[in-house]
Amino acid sequence: MNAIVSLRGLRKSYGIGTPVETEVLHGLDFELAEGEFCALIGPSGSGKSTLLNLIGLLERPTSGELAIAGTETRGLSEQALTVLRGRHIGFVFQFHHLLPAFSALENVMMPSIIEHGVATAQAEAVAFDLLDRVGLKGHEHKKANQMSGGQQQRVAIARALSLSPRLILADEPTGNLDTHTADDIFALLREFNRERGSACLIVTHDPRLAARCDRRIELVDGRIARGD
Amino acid sequence: MARPKLPFEFLVALRFLREGRMQTALILLGVTGGVAVIVFLSQLISQLQATIIDRVLGSQAHVVMRPLEEVNLRASTDPASSVLIEPRAQRLRSIDQWEAMVKLAEAQPRVVAVSPVVSGPAFALRGRASKSVALVGVEPDRYRRIVKMDTYMTRGAFQVDGTNAIIGIELAKDLGVTVGDKMFLRAAGGRDELLQITGLFDIGNKDLNRRWVFTTMKLAQSLLDLPGGVSNIDITVADIFDAQEVSERLQAGSGLTVESWMTTNSQLLAALRNQTVSNNLIRGFVIVIVALGISSVLVVSVVQKQKEIGILRAMGTSSNRVMGIFLLQGGLVGFVGALSGVALAWGLLQFFSSVYRTGDGAPLFQPQLDTGIALSAALIALVVGVLAALIPARRAAKMDPVQAIRA
Repeated sequence: MNAIVSLRGLRKSYGIGTPVETEVLHGLDFELAEGEFCALIGPSGSGKSTLLNLIGLLERPTSGELAIAGTETRGLSEQALTVLRGRHIGFVFQFHHLLPAFSALENVMMPSIIEHGVATAQAEAVAFDLLDRVGLKGHEHKKANQMSGGQQQRVAIARALSLSPRLILADEPTGNLDTHTADDIFALLREFNRERGSACLIVTHDPRLAARCDRRIELVDGRIARGD
Repeated sequence: MARPKLPFEFLVALRFLREGRMQTALILLGVTGGVAVIVFLSQLISQLQATIIDRVLGSQAHVVMRPLEEVNLRASTDPASSVLIEPRAQRLRSIDQWEAMVKLAEAQPRVVAVSPVVSGPAFALRGRASKSVALVGVEPDRYRRIVKMDTYMTRGAFQVDGTNAIIGIELAKDLGVTVGDKMFLRAAGGRDELLQITGLFDIGNKDLNRRWVFTTMKLAQSLLDLPGGVSNIDITVADIFDAQEVSERLQAGSGLTVESWMTTNSQLLAALRNQTVSNNLIRGFVIVIVALGISSVLVVSVVQKQKEIGILRAMGTSSNRVMGIFLLQGGLVGFVGALSGVALAWGLLQFFSSVYRTGDGAPLFQPQLDTGIALSAALIALVVGVLAALIPARRAAKMDPVQAIRA
């Protein structure tokens, strides 16, 4: 099986060149296969979010190799990283992070609008379909801030899926939701993973949810403590 | 709700502006006010200047050629200079070979009309009234291209022959005469003639309406003892601001004293220039203030939209396009503000032109808006908007998406 994410000796330091230089990740080796559904667990401050941001190409590693969909990212320009990110990666953030000025439908269409420059009819159809799938039929034209937290997170998942990315990165997607809603959201991610074969890397504190993933990787103090 | 049709950057820029309603409204108000002030002031000043110039040049030749002043030359006792130049009383003299000088003037580029004039002091007498006047002998066909006498005539036509005369309405009132009456004219040298009044004019200047008495050149020549001569040559040029250049060229070519309206009215010209300078100063300051306003509002907006910028970046928006979104906001604010500013300026012009009127009830200035002024103001606002957005836009583009999302 091909790896969608592949990292080798990945290190990340902050405050380089200052007296408070700290290494957060101490040389990680790790592969995520296409279509894999993996939990990233570990205590607060273990470097989970940093790792997710590195894989999401929002930050650059200090050293080591990081390949996304077979493309080595070291030495790529900011522009090239942006393209790679837009094409292969969908994000689901903890606080859903929708654009409040836009409707649910427009938020879901946004990755396609960014990619194509305008809203295409096809993107609109896909967005309607996705919102239907996440149970938000009839809420398409509501502004993001007129929806409940669970609804917003559903929109965020639909948005992450809108360009059918090969990798979905979810940073505590259920972190601020009640257990019942959290289960729903998790089930949605799982469903899309099975159906579309998008690999998922989910940062979570919830051992219940982690147990329902194919694979778990535990990060402690910037090192992989346990991975199956 | 229909699918958004706008390109990505426009879509986001417009939504951001719409979301920050209060800020957008305030800055639009600022740009509107600024553009309105610039357009209104420019329009007002250019029109007032045009009116003033028109009034001044309405009764005055652009360029006048006169004989050189006579001086006394005396041998000097000072070894450093051979002669002393002393001023002396100037008598009325004719321009030497004035026909050739008229031809010379007519041959100059940018000269539109040339009119020889015989003019000198005289008294208009009727009954016991005696008024000091300026006798002006002209060829009407030539002179009406120097001063638009036809438009000033209140009675009769601007035509003279024989012993006919045309006088101003004030002189007519002073002497108690009108068209068809006669008046006696005595030149300073003592020669006199009984003149038949065939026309009245109102030049819009009481002094001139009291002084000018038009007759034929021939009559003026004989009354002023200048047989066959002319006292000055009046010239009209195509562009009034060419007058100085034309007069300098004529001075060099003719050896006569040649003066342009710009020399004789140098104070007026200086006042006009100062007015233009202060107008430009006001425009400059207004532009800077508007730019600072747009800039500061957008800087605040970049901070407020930090999270959104981060989300857009995470979804694959390049930093250049983020920059474009904010430049566009500046441009849009500038453009829309310019449109409403021009509209406001138009309204102000309508209002003030109906309020401010000259003594005779005509508007002091026309309420029309000059397309050039309006367009250039709109263009300036657009450019200033984009330039003002440059700093905030760069800040937005440089924002670290991770930091932005966490904020």
